[in-house]
Amino acid sequence: MAREIKFAEAVLEATDQCLAEDPSVYLMGLGVPDPKGVFGTTLGLQEKHGPRRVMDMPTSENAMTGVAVGSAIAGMRPIMVHQRVDFFLLAFDQIINHASKWHYMSAGKTRVPMVVRLIIGRGWGQGPQHSQSLESVFAHFPGLKVLMPATPGDAKGLLVAAVRDDNPVVFLEHRWLHGVFGPVPEEPYAVPIGKARIARPGTDVTLVAAGYMTLESLQAARMLEEDGVSAEVVDLRTLRPLDAGAVLASAEKTGRLVAVDNGWRSFGFGAEIVALAAEKLFGALKAAPARVSPPDVPIPSTWGLSNHYYPTAAHIADAALGMMGKKPRHRAARRADLDKPQDTPNKAFTGPF
Amino acid sequence: MKAKTGAARPAGPARSAGVNHRDAALDAGLRKSLWRGMLRIRMVEEEIARRYPEQEMRCPVHLSIGQEGVAVGVCSALEQRDYAMSAHRAHAHYLAKGGDLKAMIAEMYGRRTGCAGGKGGSMHLVDPAANMLGAVPIVGGSIPIAVGAAFASWMKNEDRVTAVFLGDGATEEGVFAESLNFAALKGLPVLFICENNLYSVYSPLSVRQAAGRDRTAIARAHGLEAREADGNDVEAVYRLSREAAERARAGKGPSYLEFSTYRWLEHCGPSYDNHMGYRSEEEFAAWRAQCPVLRQQTILERDGLLAAEEPAALKRALAAEIEEAFAFAKSSPYPAPAELMTDLYADGAGN
Ligand SMILES: Cc1ncc(C[n+]2csc(CCOP(=O)(O)OP(=O)(O)O)c2C)c(N)n1
Ligand SMILES: [Mg+2]
Repeated sequence: MAREIKFAEAVLEATDQCLAEDPSVYLMGLGVPDPKGVFGTTLGLQEKHGPRRVMDMPTSENAMTGVAVGSAIAGMRPIMVHQRVDFFLLAFDQIINHASKWHYMSAGKTRVPMVVRLIIGRGWGQGPQHSQSLESVFAHFPGLKVLMPATPGDAKGLLVAAVRDDNPVVFLEHRWLHGVFGPVPEEPYAVPIGKARIARPGTDVTLVAAGYMTLESLQAARMLEEDGVSAEVVDLRTLRPLDAGAVLASAEKTGRLVAVDNGWRSFGFGAEIVALAAEKLFGALKAAPARVSPPDVPIPSTWGLSNHYYPTAAHIADAALGMMGKKPRHRAARRADLDKPQDTPNKAFTGPF
Repeated sequence: MKAKTGAARPAGPARSAGVNHRDAALDAGLRKSLWRGMLRIRMVEEEIARRYPEQEMRCPVHLSIGQEGVAVGVCSALEQRDYAMSAHRAHAHYLAKGGDLKAMIAEMYGRRTGCAGGKGGSMHLVDPAANMLGAVPIVGGSIPIAVGAAFASWMKNEDRVTAVFLGDGATEEGVFAESLNFAALKGLPVLFICENNLYSVYSPLSVRQAAGRDRTAIARAHGLEAREADGNDVEAVYRLSREAAERARAGKGPSYLEFSTYRWLEHCGPSYDNHMGYRSEEEFAAWRAQCPVLRQQTILERDGLLAAEEPAALKRALAAEIEEAFAFAKSSPYPAPAELMTDLYADGAGN
């Protein structure tokens, strides 16, 4: 049995090993060397690899992303991290206008090997500007690779793959995953980018998710077992390039598809998955494919409203039941939960940040 | 004091060409109200810190204990009709500008009576009735928005000044320079108020800005009037702000004012955090000795403006007001689930 460590520790270990194996790798971000080390994901790295390669930076997201792009063009392999995805919106000019197109615009003569780690906040009243889930936005842009691991093992392997990749890669970490344990081999290894994983096999319905929503989907699959429904969970791991083959193979087998999105419903990756099934599997589906997602509104701070914003395993299970012609029952059974804060993944997780 | 790269100017409270505000005596009532305003904010935030561990205020809180001099000095120099905007550390600015205390506490408790209906939390304070236009926790985000508010006043020929509070960290965002430029270009009535508390989260200035980067010189180079002073000297803050506001009102354009100060508690949350090792106990102690509230109280006592029983009486009155605000917040309802979907569009349209 492999050693079990936390997701955050897996990210730290991957970064450490990438810094050790390639002198062109460097790490920067606000708070990288501070005592909290970006939720523990950068702790000790400056001491080990030195202040030239592991550094804090000015509160200048757009300029520093440009610095990362330029250094990548000139042979470095930057890893940049932001404590919230939301802060990286300031750098859309550099990542979208420039980084994502640079290779194409130069007819392949220059490349931009860089990784941007972005953390999706959730819970404890983070609110409209500290908890957005923007993976679909990044995935919209050709030229970017977008990774969203769900397990510590994939976090490490995909981060290593991202650093070794010769393209700009956006690596999204859900805050509620940082404390989750899982088996992680000690040596450096790469998990292939663009390959989904069957997180749980099943025969009646396919649940497609990524990142934290994979955990909710696995929980939904356990709930569905009580209903005599066998759910297969496809963990995409990479949003772009999308492993369409894995999604289609599973949905063709089960004949039913639920796309589970952590971001807004409209124009999101859930919509993309459903569109894919509609185009390619029209005749093979036994029910109309469905999306489970938060509603199209900004994320409210108060738990009195955020409880009703986030979809949960019960939402996913009920969507699957409806598709099976069975009576949805899980949300109703959990209605009492909504009268208490559902804004932390466990007791150990508290605010303020 | 750091090395100056711009024109040589005296440290601390600076003088204007016209009235010499350093020597002009401030009205005794005003001097006392500066102290009262700071003490009120101090006590509100101490109560937030005390109650935060109860885990009922379930949102991040960035307290400004130790920095009250800037909020109160600046806002006291503004008129009710003037606008203010802020960022993540906004409690003091909101209260000093006249924002409703009950609505602020209710916002922290996530209640529908909160100033943002619970939708924003502590980092999104807004009170249009007090012309507190808003506060947002995207660093630098409110700087150009405040310039835009001032631009509207300019277009409409209104007698209205806008003050925007920002941290030393925010002066690293590109939008800071871009905003200075446009404000100066049009001669807008806006005051950029920088609270330099030496840190952005746990990162000291030394790892973020080149040694000697003189932000006042940057502002001056863009054509703004730029001054700096001790932010824990509330009267100095008031004087500079008053002067800058008068200049803006007279159509003489924007100012950049930088006030040195220090946050006593952790970046975000209710605790002391010197044990973490990102700053020294000596540094903290030195700043703590410069408590803006106590300094003003001592000066008032020295000048014979405070009766012996006044501080205790004020504290009793403030404690009662604060108690009432917390009681109001805690007895207010949470928003109804359907409110999740309201307020998206100004015309009430759905998705
Ligand atoms: C665009 C952006 N980048 C980073 C952050 C994370 N962040 C939150 S508060 C803060 C500190 C900013 O420092 P400063 O402007 O000096 O304000 P202070 O906290 O010292 O009052 C940072 C970096 C953010 N909220 N927004
Ligand atoms: Mg600061």
